[in-house]
Amino acid sequence: MTCTEFLAQLDDMLDQDAALPLRADLEEHLRECEHCEITLNTTRKTIQIYRSHEIYELPDDLRERLHQAILAKCRKC
Amino acid sequence: MSAVATILKPIMSSSIQSQGTAEVHPDVLLVERARQGDVAAYEKLVRQYDRQVFRIAQHIVQNREDAEDVVQDAFLKAYEKLDQFQGNSKFYTWLVRIAVNEALMRLRKRRTGKMVSIDEDVETEEGSMPRDLADWSPDPEALYGQSEMADILRKTIQGLPPGFRVVFVLRDVDGLSTEETAETLGLSIPAVKSRLLRARLQLRERLSRYFKKGEGNGSRAKLGQGGVK
Repeated sequence: MTCTEFLAQLDDMLDQDAALPLRADLEEHLRECEHCEITLNTTRKTIQIYRSHEIYELPDDLRERLHQAILAKCRKC
Repeated sequence: MSAVATILKPIMSSSIQSQGTAEVHPDVLLVERARQGDVAAYEKLVRQYDRQVFRIAQHIVQNREDAEDVVQDAFLKAYEKLDQFQGNSKFYTWLVRIAVNEALMRLRKRRTGKMVSIDEDVETEEGSMPRDLADWSPDPEALYGQSEMADILRKTIQGLPPGFRVVFVLRDVDGLSTEETAETLGLSIPAVKSRLLRARLQLRERLSRYFKKGEGNGSRAKLGQGGVK
């Protein structure tokens, strides 16, 4: 397996969607290729970091203001 | 029986019937009550999903005031269209589809009528092959404080085309499936997969500037100078 072929299956590795025979090939490639191992690990970390940090907080006061505005309009519908 | 109830009954019956003894999703019951005019039931749906809708709106319009308007307009439009909600998809994916369209319309207004679509700027080769292959620090999150990290993540994702950002957020941050993401955005499954891979690789590449081994304090200077391009 080449690095390009590995990369094409990267999402399946990340999402654990790869079927068993393909998964074995991918894991064998990983054992021999440090670059692809780094790419997999750091891409996995990228997803985890974005998942664990809320970068667009909705402050409570704004949230309440939005609720009041939305529900007031709904009541007029 | 009211007109609303007449419309509702077949939808609810088929939904329950198709699921056999499976429980009906609580959202479906709230939608049913909201359709009958129970605004308190709709308020529960608003409270459940407002943060996610706000986040998606921010990712698309990249402007807090516009994102606030998108949240209001999306929830109001969803309320007005509740009769059109079929119950064969999640209420959340249906709502997000409305919010994405509202956000794109808002962008178009800001750009004085120029058409804006989810396909914009996706024809880039960047991210198709990793270039920066340096390994990261064992705990990159320890290199930065909470607000500094949020700043890095915001700047980094803002550099992606909107069509990549929204796929990444729905799929990896909100946890929708590939199929749900495709349905929500009106894209094919191969298109979602392709965009997701490229979004993930581009973000990884850009974050490497901050997180690779031996970085940290040096990258802080870069951040101050607008390091992510």
